Amino acid sequence: MRLKLGLLITAALAWGLGSAQAQTPKKGGELVYAITAETPNYDCAGSETFATLHFASPFYSTLLQFDLSKFPAVKGDLAKSWTVAPDLMTYTFKLNEGVKFHDGTPFTSADIKATYDRMRNPPQGVISPRKATFADIDTIDTPDANTVIFKMKAVNASMLEHFASPWNCVYSAKDIAADPNAPRTKINGTGPFIFVEHVKGSHVSGKRNPDYFRKGLPYLDSFKGVFTLQAAAMLNALQGGQVMAEFRGVSPAERDRLKAALGDKLRVEESSWTLNLLVAFNTEKKPFDDVRVRKALLMAIDRWGGSQGLSKISTLRSVGGVIRPGSPSATAEADLVKLPGFSKDIKKSREEAKKLLKEAGQENLKFVLWNRNLAMPYTPGGVFLVDQWRQIGVEVEHKQSDTAPYLAALNAGNYDVAIDFSNLFMDDSTLALAKYLSRDRSPQNLSRSIDRELDKLYDDHIRERDPAKRKALVQAFEKRLFEQGYQEPLLWWHRIVLTHKTVMGWKMSPSHNLGQDLAEVWLNQ
Amino acid sequence: MLRYTIRRVLLTIPTLLGVAVLVFFMLRIVPGDVIEVKLRADGGNVSQEVVDAERKRFGLDKPLVNQFADWMVGMAKLDFGTSMWTERPVIEEISLRLQLSLQVAIMATLIAVFIAIPLGTTAALFRDTWLDYAVRIITIGGLSIPSFWFGMLIMLSLLALFNWLPPITFTPIYVDPIANLTQLIWPALAVGYRYCAVVARMIRSSLLEVLNEDYIRTARAKGVFEKLVVSRHALRNALLPAITVIGLEFTFLIGGLVVTEQVFNLNGIGQLFVQSVSRNDFMLIQGMVMLIAAFYVFVNLAIDLLYAVFDPRIRYS
Amino acid sequence: MTLVLPQPTTPGAFSAALGKVGEFTRQQPLGAVSFVIIFVMMFAGIFCELVAPYDPLTIDFAAILAPPSIDHWCGTDAYGRDIFSRLIYGSRTALVIGFTSSFVGSSLGATLGIASAYFGGRIDSWIQRFMDVLLAFPLIVLALVVVAALRSFVVGGVDMNLILAIAIPIIPRVARVVRAAALGVRVMPYVDAARAAGYSNSRIIFRHMAPNVVAPYLIMLTAFIAQAILAEASLSFLGLGVVEPKAAWGLMLSGNAADFYREAPWMILFPGAAISLAVFAFNLFGDALRDYLDPRFKV
Repeated sequence: MRLKLGLLITAALAWGLGSAQAQTPKKGGELVYAITAETPNYDCAGSETFATLHFASPFYSTLLQFDLSKFPAVKGDLAKSWTVAPDLMTYTFKLNEGVKFHDGTPFTSADIKATYDRMRNPPQGVISPRKATFADIDTIDTPDANTVIFKMKAVNASMLEHFASPWNCVYSAKDIAADPNAPRTKINGTGPFIFVEHVKGSHVSGKRNPDYFRKGLPYLDSFKGVFTLQAAAMLNALQGGQVMAEFRGVSPAERDRLKAALGDKLRVEESSWTLNLLVAFNTEKKPFDDVRVRKALLMAIDRWGGSQGLSKISTLRSVGGVIRPGSPSATAEADLVKLPGFSKDIKKSREEAKKLLKEAGQENLKFVLWNRNLAMPYTPGGVFLVDQWRQIGVEVEHKQSDTAPYLAALNAGNYDVAIDFSNLFMDDSTLALAKYLSRDRSPQNLSRSIDRELDKLYDDHIRERDPAKRKALVQAFEKRLFEQGYQEPLLWWHRIVLTHKTVMGWKMSPSHNLGQDLAEVWLNQ
Repeated sequence: MLRYTIRRVLLTIPTLLGVAVLVFFMLRIVPGDVIEVKLRADGGNVSQEVVDAERKRFGLDKPLVNQFADWMVGMAKLDFGTSMWTERPVIEEISLRLQLSLQVAIMATLIAVFIAIPLGTTAALFRDTWLDYAVRIITIGGLSIPSFWFGMLIMLSLLALFNWLPPITFTPIYVDPIANLTQLIWPALAVGYRYCAVVARMIRSSLLEVLNEDYIRTARAKGVFEKLVVSRHALRNALLPAITVIGLEFTFLIGGLVVTEQVFNLNGIGQLFVQSVSRNDFMLIQGMVMLIAAFYVFVNLAIDLLYAVFDPRIRYS
Repeated sequence: MTLVLPQPTTPGAFSAALGKVGEFTRQQPLGAVSFVIIFVMMFAGIFCELVAPYDPLTIDFAAILAPPSIDHWCGTDAYGRDIFSRLIYGSRTALVIGFTSSFVGSSLGATLGIASAYFGGRIDSWIQRFMDVLLAFPLIVLALVVVAALRSFVVGGVDMNLILAIAIPIIPRVARVVRAAALGVRVMPYVDAARAAGYSNSRIIFRHMAPNVVAPYLIMLTAFIAQAILAEASLSFLGLGVVEPKAAWGLMLSGNAADFYREAPWMILFPGAAISLAVFAFNLFGDALRDYLDPRFKV
């Protein structure tokens, strides 16, 4: 089951881990870190923002976890061991014994079942964005208190990785039975830290769980996550020492500033990021129902030039297709440049774009570009696109709004063109491609396109167990998608995490959603 | 005096009621459901039933007039409703942050008044000399420099000069006065500058008015020393309008804090207000507007009553 | 009210006007200085395309964060856009929004104020109650409520919601002052005469009373341009006003501009200075205008 063969971990990352492991961890102390957004509620399973994970992960455990030193390999968390049937239709987990929830309730297999049932069959009023991910599960059996068996309806070659997803915080069956929405407002997990307080608008804090099932952990006495909603405030706090780390990621300019200010007190870790910005067209709206218009707009974007410039000032960096560039199943640059919107000859590409617009009768096209009002990297992405489209004579009004109204408008189809994003936690193609399926199959597809050819390619690929054939199917999918131009990645992100050197044991990964339970983090003071 | 006080107190009711009507219906002019925004934003494909159920839970399925009535009845019982975003009581969300904002406002007032009195007096005594011009330029500067920019400059100067910044989380003054003051003095300075300018200008102009009255003119003829002595009496007379301005500006400080709290990452009313606006959290916006308006109305009431004490004509007019 | 407006139809009007300007300059040197600043700003704002050395939106990745030089007088920002050009286009944004919202707010306020004074009685007290209600909101708070209520409302590239958001809080503040002035005019014999002559109410208000409250109106108008520019900058700074990539001063200070305080302090110094200078000039000019037109008048 080594479909994902391993992953490029940058030299900086390897070096960072090496030095961190050289010392024996010290116990005690309080970690103070910045969180650049405040979660509206505490339910990881119902959330799609890192704000929830950076807040709640230390309080919870999951069935499996990604092993960040060997990413994307998985390791057990609540599961002590597991077996996968050769036909990939049955997954059996043996659970750790003697685990307790923070309120003292013993943890059993029933809690796993309740947690997964809540995600795949959400009761009335419960929001579950991962419902589709677990749709292939047929039954969940609990033959005894320490065994869980998942039986599948269909093969999903990436199922094990989904069991390691950081969003699947395990809740107590008792809490969910009392109120299915309890996890939104109440924290009761089995994680390394016990919830102390959430001061609205200010911070969240937790203290060491003395009964944590992984013996000797966590090292920290307590932690405090401080909300710094303005990027400038976060950076100032990091520089002034009010916080020791920010785990989501900063831009190169921000890195350079702190390096200049803090010198060797600061640790910088970098990695490519499983995140991209997408250009999405509302294919139900004129003239974006016309493939020529969509293609023309995509061809006007100088991704290669933009990558060079934007990578200096924002978290945007790599040019890539639907799979993270640099990861094994990504499309090679030589193939990529043949796809619409990826040409290195931007002059020619723009001439063609103008021609296409003329053919479609849209030479004086004007539209509104919807974007989130997050400084990094949404604003640079929007500013860049407006300038790119001006160069083929298209006038664009940039509209930035808060995440909630932005997503609401996009989900309801009240937009022309938008900067959307694809936020993954691994390079798996079943996860990455799901966003582009027909609207009736994938609610995440904000372009509202219906394309059965794409759906078929996806289904074929999901059942395909030969890696080479599978990769070919992914590329066929990508080609079809870009030629139709419903949605297309603008650029992929680059993750730079800054920590004070006193913070040890935290592991860098290509996703800011992973590895935030803080169990192995310690302070070298 | 009692009759006047009662009449004046009763007059605050229609104003507050008007504020409530205005803010409630204004926020609902443009159709657009907060619940739908919130659920859709949470992700996934939300069915109409879920939206309806959620609407019902917040009482949004009722006609607007009924919703308004519910809100008013709640407020009469000091229940300001529930935040649509965090689902916690509005009053809890506000009271958590009120302490911080109030403290910054009070500190700013103290700073402003202590600097404004000598500034304004100097300018008036040395009218049309270079001192007066200097003070006028300083005070007009206070009215012109945006407090958020001034705040940014303060923060960045601290960083650049001392590589130091104030604490980032709020500690109440009774817990640790030093941590508290080192955090809040900077925003107080940033908003205090404008405040100081307004008060100093008011003191200057009302002093000038008093100084023009006959008894002062006589004193003026006698020389500078007498002028100073008399001006102390004059200052006392000029203080009433100044107090008015101090009171009114105090409520307007909340306005200044709306922007400045962002710069200092302060968890105060201002930051909450901006967040509620960008999240369309109407209940919270309404609650805060009512609070600020009530504050304004009561400060006004206090000023009016103060005037009535000093000037009996007002009571009978 | 001692205002005498220059009469453009009379011969020698130009020299008369010039004389007025000279008198104003002598009496109010600070006012004259501020007028020069305003004039330069308006010139730059109107003739952006001619004055600005660069296009304000064009990204130039080769010139990211360039320090001030002969090519880029105020340096460049993180996108390599020329800050001086963006300041010039920003003055257009500031003036359009500042002037329009102050004009709309002051004019509505003045009309309500005169009407209130003219009709008196119940209408007066209703209008005054309503103004009291509006006055209970600090300016920026009411502006934010209007922004929250109208969300986005852009007509022809101009943010109408922004203009309304700033104009509405101005109304009661002007109405109060103008009403006080108009009360003095109402008792004048010629108003009674006009009434007796059977002129319509609107004719009396606009033809007979309005000209006599021009002085306070003009003073409030200029003073509130300053406030409006400040409010626009604040809203844009908060991300609730003008949006990138449009050029606006408050916006230039927002986002990650402060990140670059070490390498590129010009990114926050110049836009902040521009706001301050503009507000300063309008404040000072408003002051001078007040002292010149009506020394007894208080805002």
